[in-house]
Amino acid sequence: MSEDIIRRDPRAEWIARNRLHPLHESMQAMQGGVAETRGPSGLIRRNPHAVGFIGPNGIKRIDRLNAGGPANLGARRSSGSAKSGAAKEVELPLHKVENPDYYIAVVPDMVGGRLNGHDRDVIGQAHKLIREIGGNGAVLTVVFGEHREEAFDKAGVDRLLQLRGEEYEGYTPELRVAALAQVEKEYAPRHWLLPDSVAAGFELGCRLAARIGERPATQAWQVSSEQTICRGAGGTIDITRQTPRLLLLAEECAEPIDETRHEVLPVGLDSAVAVKASIRDCGQVAVDPNAIPLAEAEFILSAGNGVHDWAQFHQAAELLGATEGASRVAVDDGHMPRFRQVGATGTWVTARVYVAVGISGAIQHLQGIGQCDKVIAINTDLGCDMVKRAALSIIADSGEVLAELIRLAKAYRQEVLEHAA
Amino acid sequence: MQPDQQNANLRITALVSIGKHPGSGRARRAEQDARAVEMGLNLAPKGLEVLHAGDPHDDALRAYAGMGLKALRILQQEGNADAVPALGEYLKQAGPDIILTGVRAESGESSGMVPYLLGEALGLPVVTRIAEIVSIDNGEANLLQALPRGQRRALRVPLPFVASVDMAASAPRQSAFGPANRAQLEGQAAGVEIRDEIKANWSEAPARKRPKRLKVVKAKTAADRFKAATAKSTGDGGKVLRDKPATEMAQAVFDLLLEEGVLR
Repeated sequence: MSEDIIRRDPRAEWIARNRLHPLHESMQAMQGGVAETRGPSGLIRRNPHAVGFIGPNGIKRIDRLNAGGPANLGARRSSGSAKSGAAKEVELPLHKVENPDYYIAVVPDMVGGRLNGHDRDVIGQAHKLIREIGGNGAVLTVVFGEHREEAFDKAGVDRLLQLRGEEYEGYTPELRVAALAQVEKEYAPRHWLLPDSVAAGFELGCRLAARIGERPATQAWQVSSEQTICRGAGGTIDITRQTPRLLLLAEECAEPIDETRHEVLPVGLDSAVAVKASIRDCGQVAVDPNAIPLAEAEFILSAGNGVHDWAQFHQAAELLGATEGASRVAVDDGHMPRFRQVGATGTWVTARVYVAVGISGAIQHLQGIGQCDKVIAINTDLGCDMVKRAALSIIADSGEVLAELIRLAKAYRQEVLEHAA
Repeated sequence: MQPDQQNANLRITALVSIGKHPGSGRARRAEQDARAVEMGLNLAPKGLEVLHAGDPHDDALRAYAGMGLKALRILQQEGNADAVPALGEYLKQAGPDIILTGVRAESGESSGMVPYLLGEALGLPVVTRIAEIVSIDNGEANLLQALPRGQRRALRVPLPFVASVDMAASAPRQSAFGPANRAQLEGQAAGVEIRDEIKANWSEAPARKRPKRLKVVKAKTAADRFKAATAKSTGDGGKVLRDKPATEMAQAVFDLLLEEGVLR
């Protein structure tokens, strides 16, 4: 009985109507900004102020797409559908190639055991060639050693030839090119595509070209089945030529595959590959991090106005094995040389990890570190721009944190030494 | 490295090409080839031969001679001839211990194939992008290879071998005008001259600017495209640590460095 009685709160209703009332905001928030409520008489009441979202220009935008069904409206619906859209992974259609007429062989760089953007572009180019040539073509990807890639199917790999074994680890160009020559013999791919990169593709491609007697197109950036445009004379001329069998492709030569899944069927070689290698890999050499040019350093410890103990900073950089950088203020004050300056007016860096110690992040500095992957900020000011940019921010005095980092690095070095001994 | 008694009998051939200034397009000594010559001069000044296949009257060759060479050997060829067969023929007879080249030429096709083709033709191992020849002992050379991001790899190769020299090698010495004019450019007819027929069919044009890749939003509906176009960048600022002991915060930084694998 009691639940049938409709209880009204005239004061609350009055406040809800009166947007100038001091309690209006809090009452709205208590209701949760709900676009639809069941009114006291049982009718649906719509609150037009709660519908939609505020766009980037501060203008209210109303999404009138009825994707979630007619019952779901307004803010409730838009937040709900965003969640469900992120949750459900779209199943891409599977592209199958049975009994391929021909292969197009791709040898990706696999830097760090994964396909990078350049590799994906090259595989995309292989599929573009198959579309132009027609027929039942398959992309054969040759991978050396172990890999850590999980999404070969989405990158467009139809057949995967993985050459496992310890002998492929490290720098083994002679063995690799012998294996590729064996692939050439067994699969006779219509085209060989390799990325023209410093990492491995250029060297391997040239070795293979010399071995199988093909004249490659290098730095090719526009390839069709008939014609190839490639850069020559150190990138100053375009050479237009017939498409050869072996292509070394520049970056962004074609769009990567993103709308299909592929089979990734494992294939193998019939006969084993063995060569007598004359080049012996003696491993990587430890290099002085401060001798590496700032523009290509991988790990930079950069100092700004917030650093007071410079001897401590240099010690931290040395122990962590980081290349030293500096903000403009530190350079102008004479604490660091001019060639260490990072930013638009100094060096544009490409470090993977950039640690900014006591740098608040002027826009010129943030431009200079635009290509850095992971930025770590150590700063006393929570509101500075560097903290907004950083993946990890430490709000503390730089001296204390650096002292702790030095201690940790020393302990780590000690541990490595003991482990080695 | 100072030339010492060890390398007295070492014979090095540095292959040089005509470079091209990237801005003005003027002929000059090629940067990488000059580094190869510099490496040869440091290693074995007596046993260094500088070799070029092409036009013997090219002024750009004088720039190499100005680095302190008495003579340059030039295999005379037409401009449209393939350099590799002539070089291969000559080097087969000369038989040097080390053949140094650049990684990629600054003019012509600049495919970077010359060291590989020579290695294949002469049956020699090819090492690429070397930064330094550290030492030579027992008929084997210890090399440093330049890797991306300023890293180096140590390699050991038996003599004789072909090596391409990276830009990371020590910078070439200045070219002096007087010695450049005094040096002899010894032209000799190339043993074989094969016209590059394939290249005759190519067309060349000044490099066009490549189009930037556009970020295409593949959305099914207009509303989705609109959202993608107006969405704010999701720079939420990452993790922030404050008001904790310095030990804990430094540990967080150190763990991230370890995870990224930048500590060696």
